[in-house]
Amino acid sequence: MKEVPFEKALEKLEKIVEDLEAGDLSLDASLKKYEEGIKLARSCQQKLEKAKKKIEILIKKDEGMFETEDFIEEEEDE
Amino acid sequence: MAEPRVYTVTELTKDVRFVLEDTFDEVWVEGEVSNYTLSSAGHAYFSLKDESSLLNCVLFKSNGARMKFDVENGISVLCRGRISVYDKRGQYQLYVSKMEPRGKGSLQMAFEQLKKKLQKEGLFDEERKRPIPFLPSRIGVVTSPTGAAIRDILKVSKRRYANVEISIRPVKVQGEGAAGEIALAIKELNEFNKALSEKGSEEHPIDVMIVGRGGGSLEDLWAFNEEEVARAIFASGIPVISAVGHEVDYTISDFVADCRAATPSQAAELAVPTKEELSARIGDSRSRLYSAAKKKIEFLESRTLNLKESYVLRAPMNVFLQLGQQVDEMIKTATSRVKHLMEIKRGKFALAAGKLDALSPLAVLERGYSITFKSGKVVKETEGLKKGELIETRLAKGRVASRVERVEK
Repeated sequence: MKEVPFEKALEKLEKIVEDLEAGDLSLDASLKKYEEGIKLARSCQQKLEKAKKKIEILIKKDEGMFETEDFIEEEEDE
Repeated sequence: MAEPRVYTVTELTKDVRFVLEDTFDEVWVEGEVSNYTLSSAGHAYFSLKDESSLLNCVLFKSNGARMKFDVENGISVLCRGRISVYDKRGQYQLYVSKMEPRGKGSLQMAFEQLKKKLQKEGLFDEERKRPIPFLPSRIGVVTSPTGAAIRDILKVSKRRYANVEISIRPVKVQGEGAAGEIALAIKELNEFNKALSEKGSEEHPIDVMIVGRGGGSLEDLWAFNEEEVARAIFASGIPVISAVGHEVDYTISDFVADCRAATPSQAAELAVPTKEELSARIGDSRSRLYSAAKKKIEFLESRTLNLKESYVLRAPMNVFLQLGQQVDEMIKTATSRVKHLMEIKRGKFALAAGKLDALSPLAVLERGYSITFKSGKVVKETEGLKKGELIETRLAKGRVASRVERVEK
């Protein structure tokens, strides 16, 4: 299942806000839009938070096999 | 007298060759390239010429392969080599070991030639460039694990969005074999994605890659001007941001890449959005969403309230009373209209009656005239009247009967 890209979801959310702000939707449609918007906002925020910090080195082993190991960042002298 | 020495052709040619080789063991010569041909074995044959002379030259494959730029007719070059004779043709020629374009460095020349070639092939076409994903789930980086570039990229991405996922494919970025390693790494990151999807892995695929290195001399950056790297970038299914050297450095990689970053730091800025900004955008949308929905409901609520308090719903009988009054008024108006019409008719009738009066014989009698009848017939002349006959006269008021005394004609 293909995830909706973050940017698309954010754009859709902003479009829904505009539609709703225009105010010429029926009550039913407004509520539906509101619900959809809240869901999108939640999933966008989750997507932002969900990402884990991971910095790794990618090494190719055999045919088509890859291995990763943590990348040790050198401490910077500042 | 001694007999003159007679040479065989071979002997003489060999001697000439020895003399020439001895004298012109290492020469530098400049001129314009013409008649350039490349044999199937990979050796190059051409002439160097100036305004009045021409020198045949050979560039063997082993020497030619080391050259960065391509030789073409018309360019000015500086050649180093030795003069020797090709015995079979009795032709002296320059055996070139090294060649440099005149005016510009050979790297510069090679850069321009490759740029022109790839441009013609469409590798730089804007239409084929893919957009850089807005929020990449995993960023691939092809660079040296110890260089300035990776440090800058990590620093910038940490500042903008600390939890970003970065996979580094370490490569040599300069020197012998660097271009090959970079090209292979680009290919392998694509293979890595393929392997992930084949495994059905939960891991994020790499959805953008940064290929580059920190600043250096033209020679240091050279790997990014190699055709091999350009072709690998072109073939990559993952969008590529190239980030080579500083702002002023343009490489072939920059032209082929989907996006050129002036520096590795900028590449990280292009690939990694700021988390705070995104969070703020979501938060803003959320609150606008809420207030728009609230406004909608409040508006509908107030409309309902208005209707509830409206005149009709509050005192429905009033409507009927009003209607009754309206009907009354209509009747009144109608009546007065009819009356008025009758007045007009009546006036017209009186006028007509007056006219009728004036014509009536009674009105004539009223003025003093009278009518005489004999046996019920109006008498209009004396003819037929006889003395003693009875006539009757009608006056305005009353009648009178008389006897004729005398008749005059």
